[in-house]
Amino acid sequence: MTSASTGGTSITANPAAEAALKAELQPPIRKFRPDRSKRSLPVKIAIGFGLVAFSVLFIYPFIWLISASFKPRGEVFDNKLIPDTFTWENYIRVWQEAPLALWILNTLIVTVLAAVSVTVSSAMVAWGFSYFRFKGRSALFGVVLATMMLPGAVTMVPVFLIWNSLGQVGTLTPLWAANLFGSAFYIFLLRQFFLGLPRSLFEAARVDGANNWAIFSKIAVPLCKPAIIVTLIFEFQASWTNLMAPLIYLRDSETFTIPRGLKALLDQFGFGGNLNWEIVVTASVITTLPMIILFFVAQRHFVEGIATTGVKG
Amino acid sequence: MATLARPARDASATVPMRPELRRRQRRNLRAALLFILPWIIGASIFTVWPILYSGYLSLTDYDVINAPEFIGLDNYRRLLSDEKIALSLFNTAYYTVLLVPAQILFSLALAMLLNEAGRSSSFFRTAFYLPNMTPPVAVGILLLLLFNGQQGLINMALGWVGIDGPNWTTDGPWIKPGLILMGLWSVGSTVIILLAALRNVPAELYDSAKVDGANWWQRTMKVTVPMISGTIFFLVIVNTIAGLQTFTEAYTAFFGAGTYSNEAALFYAIYLFQQAFEFLNMGYASAMAWLLFVIIMIITGIQFLVSKRLVFYEGDDK
Repeated sequence: MTSASTGGTSITANPAAEAALKAELQPPIRKFRPDRSKRSLPVKIAIGFGLVAFSVLFIYPFIWLISASFKPRGEVFDNKLIPDTFTWENYIRVWQEAPLALWILNTLIVTVLAAVSVTVSSAMVAWGFSYFRFKGRSALFGVVLATMMLPGAVTMVPVFLIWNSLGQVGTLTPLWAANLFGSAFYIFLLRQFFLGLPRSLFEAARVDGANNWAIFSKIAVPLCKPAIIVTLIFEFQASWTNLMAPLIYLRDSETFTIPRGLKALLDQFGFGGNLNWEIVVTASVITTLPMIILFFVAQRHFVEGIATTGVKG
Repeated sequence: MATLARPARDASATVPMRPELRRRQRRNLRAALLFILPWIIGASIFTVWPILYSGYLSLTDYDVINAPEFIGLDNYRRLLSDEKIALSLFNTAYYTVLLVPAQILFSLALAMLLNEAGRSSSFFRTAFYLPNMTPPVAVGILLLLLFNGQQGLINMALGWVGIDGPNWTTDGPWIKPGLILMGLWSVGSTVIILLAALRNVPAELYDSAKVDGANWWQRTMKVTVPMISGTIFFLVIVNTIAGLQTFTEAYTAFFGAGTYSNEAALFYAIYLFQQAFEFLNMGYASAMAWLLFVIIMIITGIQFLVSKRLVFYEGDDK
């Protein structure tokens, strides 16, 4: 749910999240595990069939897309899973038609900078809100939560004008630099984790002479690794797939990120009259694969993270 | 008795401790502010100032090149008479009203299935989550291909059961249903959140329901759904807000170079984007943004009111 964001990402959630998340974070009394042994055979078959049928529904379009990318022009739409004529030509052509390597490089720069900066800054802010007790803390945190409610559209135009006056329109800076200041959604998520850590640990470290920064970076952050990883992946994903900000800020094809580039390819080859769909299809495959690989690598952290935070990405 | 609740603070607040305590508090506050500082700076520049400035811009005529010209409430008056506003609001409402309940029901079904899956559940979980990892631009492209009238996979499948499918991507009335079906495809994260909620339902409740002779359907309706209603409510709100701001898939698929008039897919966020960055009507776009904000506030408010009667929170003794 990447929202209409300008310069970084503003995820629109809601203070209602607090109540729901709190409910999620409470330790379960006794986890419900269905007793599979007592189940009758027809029920087992029905469940298995349902799972397989739905997963086919979810996976099939990918297989179709990958297979289409190996088909020559007139056969893209033949709906066959195994191409009649197998060809690498699309993969070669797409690199000739578009500066794909540049787009991938741009996207990597933006996504890494965006994810790292939002994670570091949000963790710091979240720590400030969870460890220290000071007057007005909950009021200020209320303001943080309130900013999650704001639709990205409201700030979109003025934020564009800021980057415009700084001469940054046309560069990659507006796509990530706002992340240096943290984002309400991740501040909220990380604070939930920090609040769950035992305070006695920090007091012990303080007695041993650790300063505030050391307690934060050497003790709290390592203990919150799952939440940190989830934040990194969420922002990486949001940034990797963001189309609106590049549409607003990027001008030349050399600075495009992958979604912006795909959109340009679609305009040029899909709608542009010559209907070279195989180019668009192949570019989609190339740009989707890194995310799928990342997901498979990080799957355990990712699903666990979502499951424990109960948070939407 | 109330004083007993905070003995520590009373003890430390005795007279000799006070200067030391105050110094500590000040140091504490300074350290906290240092940690929070990034957000304070960021929110001032990228949230507070933009809100104020966007409010001001909404009262002006501004095209970025010339200085903003104050025109009072003209933009808001124009909102009322702009037929495309009405159209885009209708499209957005149509999409959101159908999509959100469908998403929740579909995800709940999938989550319950996953909850029943044994060791293989991690495979199915990955399968259901896969579409969420696909860039929405690629989802828009897939939509164009799968829902294509002549050769698309969807119509081919419909053909097997003897249905002559419509032209989903060009036939006005079928564009939104196609987008909704595509939206259902990306329910992965909703499924995983619901799965987490299902796993936290205490087993005792199912046991006692079984003892009382409740069948599967009764257990689902009287135990499962009430126990996860907080999570469902959270998802309804988040998905509604996301639905109202939907942009990428529809923009990708239906607003190509030179085709700026695909009215059936003109969602509010798309029209706002066009006004701001294609037609450079920054003032009007700001007024549109404020209207969207008010609409989201009202809808969320209504959802909160309704939820008070429907949502059950553990430890809620009312």
